[in-house]
Amino acid sequence: MTPTDSALLLTAPVAVPLAAAAAHAVAWRRAAASGGTAPGHRLTQWAGLLAPAAILVSAVVLAASVPSHGPVTAYGRLLRADGLSVWMLLVVGAVALLALAASPGYLAGERAAGHTDEAGAQRYHALVPAFLAAMCLALLAANLGVVWVAIEATTIVTAFLVGHRHTRTSVEAAWKYVVICSAGIALAFLGTVLVYYAARQAGVSEASALDWPTLAARADRLDPAVTRLGMALVVLGFGAKAGLVPLHAWLPDAHSQAPAPVSALMSGVLPAVSFTALLRFKVIADTALGTGYTRALLAAVALLTLCLSAALLLAQRDYKRMLAYSSMEHMSVIALGAAIGSPAVMSAALLHIAGHGLAKTVAFCSSGHILRLRGTTRIGRVRGLLAQSPALGAVFGLAVVALLGMPPFSLFASEVGIVRGGYAGGLGWAVSPALALVLLAFAALGYRTGRMVLGPPQPAGRPGDAPHALGAVAAAPLVAGLVACAALGTALGPLSDLLSAAAAITAGR
Amino acid sequence: MTSGAYTQLLDLACGVLLLCAVVVLWQRELAVLVRVLAVQGAALAAIAAVLGVHERRWGLLVVAAGVGVLRAGVLPYLLRRALGARTGGAADPPPPAAYRSPYREDVSEARETRPVVNVAASLVTAALLTLLAYAAARPLVALHPTPATRALPVGLAVVLVGFFVLVARRRAIAQVVGFLTLDNGITATAFLAASGVPPIVELGVSFDVLLAVLVLHVLTTRMRAAFGGTDLDDLRELSDR
Repeated sequence: MTPTDSALLLTAPVAVPLAAAAAHAVAWRRAAASGGTAPGHRLTQWAGLLAPAAILVSAVVLAASVPSHGPVTAYGRLLRADGLSVWMLLVVGAVALLALAASPGYLAGERAAGHTDEAGAQRYHALVPAFLAAMCLALLAANLGVVWVAIEATTIVTAFLVGHRHTRTSVEAAWKYVVICSAGIALAFLGTVLVYYAARQAGVSEASALDWPTLAARADRLDPAVTRLGMALVVLGFGAKAGLVPLHAWLPDAHSQAPAPVSALMSGVLPAVSFTALLRFKVIADTALGTGYTRALLAAVALLTLCLSAALLLAQRDYKRMLAYSSMEHMSVIALGAAIGSPAVMSAALLHIAGHGLAKTVAFCSSGHILRLRGTTRIGRVRGLLAQSPALGAVFGLAVVALLGMPPFSLFASEVGIVRGGYAGGLGWAVSPALALVLLAFAALGYRTGRMVLGPPQPAGRPGDAPHALGAVAAAPLVAGLVACAALGTALGPLSDLLSAAAAITAGR
Repeated sequence: MTSGAYTQLLDLACGVLLLCAVVVLWQRELAVLVRVLAVQGAALAAIAAVLGVHERRWGLLVVAAGVGVLRAGVLPYLLRRALGARTGGAADPPPPAAYRSPYREDVSEARETRPVVNVAASLVTAALLTLLAYAAARPLVALHPTPATRALPVGLAVVLVGFFVLVARRRAIAQVVGFLTLDNGITATAFLAASGVPPIVELGVSFDVLLAVLVLHVLTTRMRAAFGGTDLDDLRELSDR
């Protein structure tokens, strides 16, 4: 691969979404100036797919070369793609493609209901690609300081997507989101600064003391006591954005208030991107301190998050919050996998990230349709979905089945992989209670979804009870997501090389 | 600069930094909080400047100037505007008609009226947090004892006090001040430990902080429109019940 090729491949996932965001920002200003009444172009709605397509194409080309030819760098090692970043880039591209394919339908519904206008739609189309660009930069930057800057940038660009309505609940969710995430992730920056300090004292030059490959290679010389403090702060800080305790409180509020496709992105990939940054630090800490320290931290955080999410799933009455707590549950399963940390288990954990991203996207996007159909997010007021709208009921039901970890979906394979690896790796003390908690969450999620989807249709005469057809355009991304999730669970095919390369990086081999 | 003068100037700047954090914890008047934050930003810039002169790294002086402009000038200005919109201060343009009437009379908006933690308990907490910072920073100082790294516990203490302000305050602006105190503490830690992070990272971090404060500024305005005030205790519509 020539330097120009690699520069192009590493720039496109950041630059194309940024260009799309800039174009829509101009249109947003124009629409806002004309009072939000100017008619929108049909074409621009689908042009939103350009950004995720660019991410996905770059990721696929990189995936063909990186496992066999090693990492690709550009701009003097500022951007770097190794197996882990390419795997995550694939997941972000796929989930973003589904979420943005569902966006025109979502915006049309919002407009029909009078919740938004042309300016609002343009703002949505400006902020979502900017969000994607920030996530891609967080994955591709080699400098851990830049990774931090990009992850904090995701908080800033999504603040107004969470608070897209000016209602009380929306403002409350946005405020909590920005304050908790910014303060939480500030701790991760303090941790980064401490690792930088340790690296400088270990004789690494200023220019490369935050460069991940250099740090990973020379981690054995870092001062253990300083690294220990830094790693604890990093777990707290990036854990906040990944929905792990103790700074998780923003997650259910933000996920339940954001537009459905944005919830899908914020739930399906954003925690995983933040967790990837944590995994990079884990490689450094494992070399400097041995695996025991990070393992104990991650296992404790994972079990506490699992306890909390299982308890709140049991008592949940709002289906969007139910999906949000299910994200916390899955992130803690992934964190438990990272605590075990053997290459086989890391493969399973990374596969779990992909499967959860796809299934959660389908679940959140279909929950948006349910909200539009029934006008409520209360679980108790939604009955007989399958009878009223067979397609919608089926995709929502199947997405939850995937989230429950049932075959043929990939979450089954990855959860089994994590549990088996946990017992084999001597972490039975953590895996056994986790398994019990996952079963509890399984029962709660399954029971509540069953009541929503199955059963006789609601008594006639209430608004939103007419038979409803989802339509091919709205159904296509949802079905595609489920098919992809099931395909991943059946066979990895050409992706298995990439997955093992990514797992080897996170396992520090 | 002689080494004695260097150490004294550095310790003076760090002392001002910590003192400002304690005053933030103790003051209830929101306008004073913002002024204290500006002083703290200036102290932070002074730390960077002293380090730059001592190590003869002139690039650090540029960073110090940038930090000073942002943290002693721009961010406090933004917060003052957020306060001005609330109390209808004379220096500020009149607030938009939609927001004007209910807030002019609302005197309680200018200060924290129902503190969650009282002043005495706050100050005791500040003392405890500083002790904790000294305990936690021992390995940091031991790694490379110099006048700069000996002041590292101050940076950590400011971080902890900032976090406490963030948790204990019930006014939107006070919470933003807590967040910025936390951030000043982290930047101070970076300067004291390693003469600051690389310029590209420092630039990105400053930009993020500026944007975060702008976003919170807009959200404060919306909060006032939706809730009729900025009391964070009103934010309880979203819950699991």
